[in-house]
Amino acid sequence: MKPAPVKHRFFTPGVIILAVLALNGLIFLAVRFISGLGAVTNLDNNTPWGLWIGVDVAAGVALAAGGFTSAALGHVIHREHYHAIVRPALLTALLGYTFVAFAVCVDIGRFYYIWHPLIMWNGNSALFEVGICVMIYMTVLYIEFLPIVTEKFMGKVNLPGFLETFNEPADKLLRMLNSGLSKTMFIFIIAGVVLSTLHQSSLGTLMVIAGQKMHPLWQTPVLPLLFLLSAIAVGFPMIIFESLIASRSFKMKPEMKILSRLGSMVAPILGVYLAVKIGDMFISDDFKYILKFDVPAWMFMAETGLIIIAFVLFLSKETTRSPGRLFLASSLVIAGVLFNRINNFIVAYKPLYDPVAYFPSFGEISVTVGCIALLVLIYRAVVIYFPVISHK
Amino acid sequence: MKNLNRRDFLKTAALGAAAATLGTKSAKASEKLLSEDRLGVLVDTSVCVGCRHCEWACRLAHNMPSPALDYYSNPTVLKEFRRPDKTALTVVNEFENDKNPNLPIHVKIQCMHCDHPACVSACIVGALTKNEDGSVVWDDGKCIGCRYCMVACQFQIPTYDYDVSIDPHIRKCDFCTERRKEGQLPACVNICPNEALVFGKRSEILRIAKNRTKRKPDIYINHIYGESEIGGTSWVYIAGKDFNELKMPPLGKNPAPGISEAIQHGIFAYFVPPVTLYALLGTIMWVTKRRNESADKDKHDHHSDSHDHHSDSGRDPYRTSGHNTYRDSGHNTYRDSGHNTYRDSGHNTDKDTKGDNL
Repeated sequence: MKPAPVKHRFFTPGVIILAVLALNGLIFLAVRFISGLGAVTNLDNNTPWGLWIGVDVAAGVALAAGGFTSAALGHVIHREHYHAIVRPALLTALLGYTFVAFAVCVDIGRFYYIWHPLIMWNGNSALFEVGICVMIYMTVLYIEFLPIVTEKFMGKVNLPGFLETFNEPADKLLRMLNSGLSKTMFIFIIAGVVLSTLHQSSLGTLMVIAGQKMHPLWQTPVLPLLFLLSAIAVGFPMIIFESLIASRSFKMKPEMKILSRLGSMVAPILGVYLAVKIGDMFISDDFKYILKFDVPAWMFMAETGLIIIAFVLFLSKETTRSPGRLFLASSLVIAGVLFNRINNFIVAYKPLYDPVAYFPSFGEISVTVGCIALLVLIYRAVVIYFPVISHK
Repeated sequence: MKNLNRRDFLKTAALGAAAATLGTKSAKASEKLLSEDRLGVLVDTSVCVGCRHCEWACRLAHNMPSPALDYYSNPTVLKEFRRPDKTALTVVNEFENDKNPNLPIHVKIQCMHCDHPACVSACIVGALTKNEDGSVVWDDGKCIGCRYCMVACQFQIPTYDYDVSIDPHIRKCDFCTERRKEGQLPACVNICPNEALVFGKRSEILRIAKNRTKRKPDIYINHIYGESEIGGTSWVYIAGKDFNELKMPPLGKNPAPGISEAIQHGIFAYFVPPVTLYALLGTIMWVTKRRNESADKDKHDHHSDSHDHHSDSGRDPYRTSGHNTYRDSGHNTYRDSGHNTYRDSGHNTDKDTKGDNL
């Protein structure tokens, strides 16, 4: 069993729905780029960051963490039986980070200056660190994906018409690239893991500087650690989630052998995350804020509750054996981490002066949903064309 | 005039160990750069009558559209609480005076020009700079419009042009840097008819503020807002009412970027932690790889022909072993050897899945 293009038609009713959602998002995107952020978003001087930073960027980076956790497992710790999930996870991370970079371009006011951080540095800025790491990591992800492309075309280069004479050189070039990549790939894989560790945690440092504008339930100096742990924790559930959806959509047998093994590793990571999160609450004595039972309190309970339920589910062997339960438990982790990022960047941010509390506009939601839909479509197209998913 | 940011830039550019030493030095230097002679403004809210001439002068000085001066005498504007925005870098708000209802308190707001500004620390491209003279200014040529400065600012001062797509600006009081270069006072200070604004060295205006609050305890509460708030600000306020009630945020004495920068520099610490992590992961990879290879070797001894390929690709951590064989042989071999490798690698994945399907 090795990775091969999935033999399945691209269009299905679900795909049409996704395409419509993507188109809807693109329309609002066009408005944003023509008329400015205010025309589409509910952002203002009180709430400068909203859904696009909270979900598209922060949650996007977290949910793409499967790329580095699986690379660490499959290549660094070198467990070969996980190789079947490395490529799908890599593709998810690659598309996820591309989506994040795109979302950043959409959100920043001067999108045409996106390259500025490359030459204008501020080492004190957590955002600078996140930005640089994400840029480098994205490059690394594309390099890691290259062998899949060379594998697809090697020995099959067939250019049309007069370009035919270039078939031979093109093939040679591909082979050279492939063998060069083979020999150096370990450099990129380790770099990918290090870069991920860095920016996943620095993403947590981002909101620390907001000081008292952050709700005390989330404002803590251990935020970077919590962000890193939750990113690691959501990596495998995200791989499981996708793998099960892909199997269902392409009518393939779920890779339960691998997924169960992955699932059995989730509980310990979630345990460490919960221990740090709840332990920190004892130290900072934040429980009083929960007893207020206001929106932040409920949101905090929701995110923590989701993770606790998922933790309990993953503790049981039953969960890891059945695709249905595994899917449920994984979805809970994903929802918990998604809630956490939304909470950290949107719910916890309480402006000093704000007559109208922020809630994302229809346009903002459309763009976010549209981008996710587009992402799923691209993923589908890629696995149909390139050897990503391992199957019979 | 040197500015802090150039030093910070040097610090961040420091890559090697030698450069890292330089970084330490410049970090210390940046502390010193908070000049003893840095400037500030004292806002005496008990003297301000709310004429809003400062708002007019500010717009004029910054080439922003403004109604005629007469418009500013309209008192109804003061009825609603206002914040700086793209049309005004400074605004005056009115608050009730419990001691004398006929003399409401007026509070002018603008950038406080912090001594340890969160916006400067936060800015991804270093577009915000704390100058030696105390001012915090924004660089149009660098800003990417990410609005992290707005998230970071503890006074919620920077504003953004949400209504344009091209060339949106971050706007805030620039302490009239251009005017001062020409030897003029900041526009608001210059026009203030009641001398509610006192411009001078920060140390000097603090002395004046202390004098006034001490001499007239019946008028002023004993609190100079900005003297120590988040490490001190260039603009300081005195008032006859608790600053909370004047909608000035209650802030501690620690500089806003303190914790964030400590974490950031802890994670990086001259790239030692990332490099250590890289080395550690590399070692783990090498060890597990060798272990797997020797395990493979035992099983492959009878497969001597395909083994060569495996040891070749065995050094390649990325590909599932066996792919490289393609280079040497035809299509079928590729598939076969890939197939074999998988089975032979000792994890039985292939066999198991096959079993499942049968």
